[in-house]
Amino acid sequence: MRKVLLWLPLMVFALFAGVLLRGLVSPESATIGSKMVGKPVPQFSLPPVVPSHPGLSSADLKSGKPVLLNIFASWCLPCAAEAPVLLELQKQGVEIHAIAIRDKPDDVVEFLRKHGDPYARIGSDVSSKVQISLGSSGVPESFVIDGKGVVRMQHIGDIRAEDVPQIVAALKAAQ
Amino acid sequence: MRFLAPLYLLAIGISAPTLADSRMDAAPYAYVQLKDPAQEQQAKHLMETIRCLVCQGQSIADSDAEMAGDMRSLIRERIARGEKPEAIRAWLVERYGDWVTYAPPTRGTSLLLWGMPALLMMLGAALALGRIRKRGR
Repeated sequence: MRKVLLWLPLMVFALFAGVLLRGLVSPESATIGSKMVGKPVPQFSLPPVVPSHPGLSSADLKSGKPVLLNIFASWCLPCAAEAPVLLELQKQGVEIHAIAIRDKPDDVVEFLRKHGDPYARIGSDVSSKVQISLGSSGVPESFVIDGKGVVRMQHIGDIRAEDVPQIVAALKAAQ
Repeated sequence: MRFLAPLYLLAIGISAPTLADSRMDAAPYAYVQLKDPAQEQQAKHLMETIRCLVCQGQSIADSDAEMAGDMRSLIRERIARGEKPEAIRAWLVERYGDWVTYAPPTRGTSLLLWGMPALLMMLGAALALGRIRKRGR
């Protein structure tokens, strides 16, 4: 018993040193989730970015049925990677609205031509204001919003094929 | 193979950058100070204590990330409209949580953080006192 007590301080020290070393070797890279989940979408009204799609306002997100709000940009590579998955979701009957971050009309037209167009409406957020008001910290991100305009779920990063069931479930639960 | 060097340089030059940056100019007040020095001072102090979301570990005042620029512009525009810095901080905390501020509000967990050292000191002192007394006898 005494022997164990004698080694205890060293063991505690080793524990601390280990924790600190781990922090040095692999620094945390936390993804910051939005605290808006469970709250109503903040008021906003964004102009259209391309002539083919109307702009997007918070009122459009209170349509009575759940929708997927996709935050994307034509200059963002993972956004192109998730495009086929979004198209698949749209085919399944999901209504998808989009906010284009810091984007130019020509670039968005080109992006939609190249990667497909799953969107009903696209709002143009040239200085990320609405993105920040949603608590989103990058592109791409997606929010499941219920018929009353309350944020139900946030997906950070590109939606992959394996994420689809979870998104569909969240949309169903939001009904 | 020396003659290949320019070719390498060319290859590096024309390879498409994969940086996640837009082609948009910086937001109006990302790099422009407010005209009123008092307001700029308020904005500066707030920006130095708001954490950048994409370049974690830096304040938005220190970061050149586009999103940090957008946040600076948002803060300056709101202060120019007469909003209080602490109201803007609260607005950001409401969206991103305490994580986003370098001046987090005092809550249960931070009380523990500040209280623990004092508690441990007292415990140590009590322990030492006990020993000293024992030895004195």
